[in-house]
Amino acid sequence: MSMPDGAAPRPRVATVWLDGCSGCHMSLIDLDERLLEIFERADLVYGPLVDVKEFPEDVDVCLVEGAVSSEEDLHRIRMVRERTKMLVAFGDCAVTSNVPGMRNPIGVQPLMDRAYIENVTLAPQVPTRGIPPLLPTSQPVHKFVDVDVFLPGCPPHADLIYTMLDDLLSGRVPDAAGARFGR
Amino acid sequence: MSVYTLTIDGKDVAGSDGQTIMEVAEENGIDIPGLCHLEGIHDRGACRLCVVEIAGSPKLAAACVTQIAEGMEVTAHSDALLEYRRTITEMLFMERNHVCAVCVANNHCELQDTAEDMGLTHFDLPRISPKADIDASHPLFAIDHNRCILCLRCVRVCDEIEGAHTWDVMHRGLDTRVQTDMGIPWGESPTCTSCGKCVQVCPTGALFEKGRAVARGSKRRRPFLPWMKVVAEERGL
Ligand code: SF4
Ligand code: SF4
Ligand code: SF4
Ligand code: FES
Repeated sequence: MSMPDGAAPRPRVATVWLDGCSGCHMSLIDLDERLLEIFERADLVYGPLVDVKEFPEDVDVCLVEGAVSSEEDLHRIRMVRERTKMLVAFGDCAVTSNVPGMRNPIGVQPLMDRAYIENVTLAPQVPTRGIPPLLPTSQPVHKFVDVDVFLPGCPPHADLIYTMLDDLLSGRVPDAAGARFGR
Repeated sequence: MSVYTLTIDGKDVAGSDGQTIMEVAEENGIDIPGLCHLEGIHDRGACRLCVVEIAGSPKLAAACVTQIAEGMEVTAHSDALLEYRRTITEMLFMERNHVCAVCVANNHCELQDTAEDMGLTHFDLPRISPKADIDASHPLFAIDHNRCILCLRCVRVCDEIEGAHTWDVMHRGLDTRVQTDMGIPWGESPTCTSCGKCVQVCPTGALFEKGRAVARGSKRRRPFLPWMKVVAEERGL
């Protein structure tokens, strides 16, 4: 977006979708008309809601939905961290690994066998081409990179997302009052 | 019966001989967190969330199993105690596999409430992800060990109130599990009367009524404490 000459650059906000169900992004959309207010004060520069292919440099705030479950997730979260000032673990999957982490006690091989071999009658095989290999366990974002703000909730309520974004864009340190696991 | 005077968080309070710090605190409107304490059954000191400082003692004491004494100065709330309690809560989560979003007790769970009360937004301790079983052999109820915090309320209520003593504890350390009748499936238990008291007192989603969907709550939060109190008084528990 262009800005008027002489105006201070607007904060650049991005969102990322790792191993999650997109529910946290749906909750973000539930901000409804408050989205207009937020994005009058900031630019949305990357994420499933905008058509940009590459995660840009110099992002001020990035909301990360989802756990880190595959080698691709790991590659992406490291790149996102390098290019982002304030990284938000957005929702329970990013914060605790939540539902994706339910496979952790089982192990990758038994999981694959169950899903693609044992329950399949026609040409059972574990898919490998064009998809990133799973990590041995699904882990929360802060297991791999530093996280600045945690916002638990499955998904976090739109009011909590609004308060957090409002705080961040106003230069306040957000507190997660009212946020809880689950809900 | 002698009466003792003491202070809790600087407030002058009084209680009688044999009362615990937890009881006196409750009577005086001072809230000490705890997940294994439940009025009407014996205290066990299992969860350690109720730890308090007692002036002159180098050790922390569990308020629910420590009796008051004359002149005691108890600190029930401080930054250090909050830190200990947060770590204890974190351990309770990390020792099993808690996934609140898909739990039958979501928003009806005392562990989840405790995490929110303490402002826990994430866990720093490494997860253990143990293999834990589910026993759904009982026709009415089930236990998911993935959500058990070993508060032993089920063990105590079944023994002290129902008189069946179906529940007990087996193994040690991280492998500790509650068990029914020497480890046989709950549905085959010859002692269980299917009264449901254990399900009612379980603070988490570990024990639940069958056929209840996610977040509908395994406990209807029936006002079940009055009967427990009456029975406890009758038996002088
Ligand atoms: S028992 Fe409580 S803390 Fe554990 S998953 Fe269920 S709601 Fe969450
Ligand atoms: S249902 Fe009643 S008798 Fe059976 S285990 Fe639970 S408390 Fe004991
Ligand atoms: S099953 Fe429930 S009541 Fe029994 S020890 Fe575990 S958490 Fe406590
Ligand atoms: S309430 Fe005292 S140890 Fe659990």
